[in-house]
Amino acid sequence: MKSWTPPQSVNLADLGFMDARSKLIDLAAFLDRVQRAGQEGDFRVQALKRAIGLLSQEAPGRAREVLLSFSDPSSEPVAKAAMQGAIGACPP
Amino acid sequence: MNYIEPHGHMVSRTTDDYERMALAGCQAICEPAFWAGFDRASAQGFYDYFRQITEYEPKRAARYGIAHYCWLCINPKEAEDVQLAEEVIGLIPEFLNRPGVLGIGEIGLNKNSRNELRIFERHLQVAQDHDQLVLVHTPHLEDKLKGTRLIVDALKNFSGLRPERVIIDHVEEHTIDHVLDQGFWAGITLYPESKCTPHRAIDMLEQRRAERIWMNSACDWGISDPLAVPRTMQEMRRRGWSPEMVRHVVWDNPAAFMAQSGKFALA
Repeated sequence: MKSWTPPQSVNLADLGFMDARSKLIDLAAFLDRVQRAGQEGDFRVQALKRAIGLLSQEAPGRAREVLLSFSDPSSEPVAKAAMQGAIGACPP
Repeated sequence: MNYIEPHGHMVSRTTDDYERMALAGCQAICEPAFWAGFDRASAQGFYDYFRQITEYEPKRAARYGIAHYCWLCINPKEAEDVQLAEEVIGLIPEFLNRPGVLGIGEIGLNKNSRNELRIFERHLQVAQDHDQLVLVHTPHLEDKLKGTRLIVDALKNFSGLRPERVIIDHVEEHTIDHVLDQGFWAGITLYPESKCTPHRAIDMLEQRRAERIWMNSACDWGISDPLAVPRTMQEMRRRGWSPEMVRHVVWDNPAAFMAQSGKFALA
């Protein structure tokens, strides 16, 4: 197995800030849009708002924590698959 | 730079895609058996599909200088019809000795149901009985964490399947450590909407030092990009990766895993 050589240091803010800024504004606009439409009670929107709260934590691991917050917390197999797709957040 | 696409559903893609992938440096594509977007009505439909990915698709790829390999199974999305699934699993051994067949896959779970788990374990038994490599699909979105845990638990019950001969695909930040820490290989899938973006994939590769990990486009009939791997290679270079480490991820790693089949060989 080839030994790991770390990448050269680059300015990650230069590389990623505009993209992250754009996604954040899109997210804000989405929340405004569903609120204006009276749809902010949707469980997916609620899950999104809970996940947003995790972004302000100081420790690294935010992506993992967000993914965990959207995940089904149960551990036993379900009796039967009721659908073939996935929703993105755990229904109440 | 040349690369390997270790997971692409090329029966769903146009010949133009083969050409574009070849122009981008793709030297080999590995095609796991997949859901067609609808439930097939009979095992005969799978028989023809297995012929398609073992006979016809390699010829289509070869026109662009690309080697084509495949994996065989019935996808977990069709596991609720247990009788059909058992019939399809019964067809698989007939195809295992064909030259481009690398193993059993992509098997796994979709909605984490009992029947999916049962059919997953039936596939694992075939893999163990025939000493095959295993490619595992993990569920989508909210089902991924639970499904990955169930999959790892099930794999541990098959002592004949060594972890280094099993790759668990579609990992994300909340599942990658569980997979790699148990000794399995991990696959990162680059999708425009779900699964992983190039930057998230690179983050995970850096945190795990790119060991026992491949990345793939999993391009199929849905929203997906057959050039996702070379696009991510470009981002790796922008993030300061050396050519040697990029090659390690897009060539050495998938080649090392699939060479265990005894069939995968590239110059």
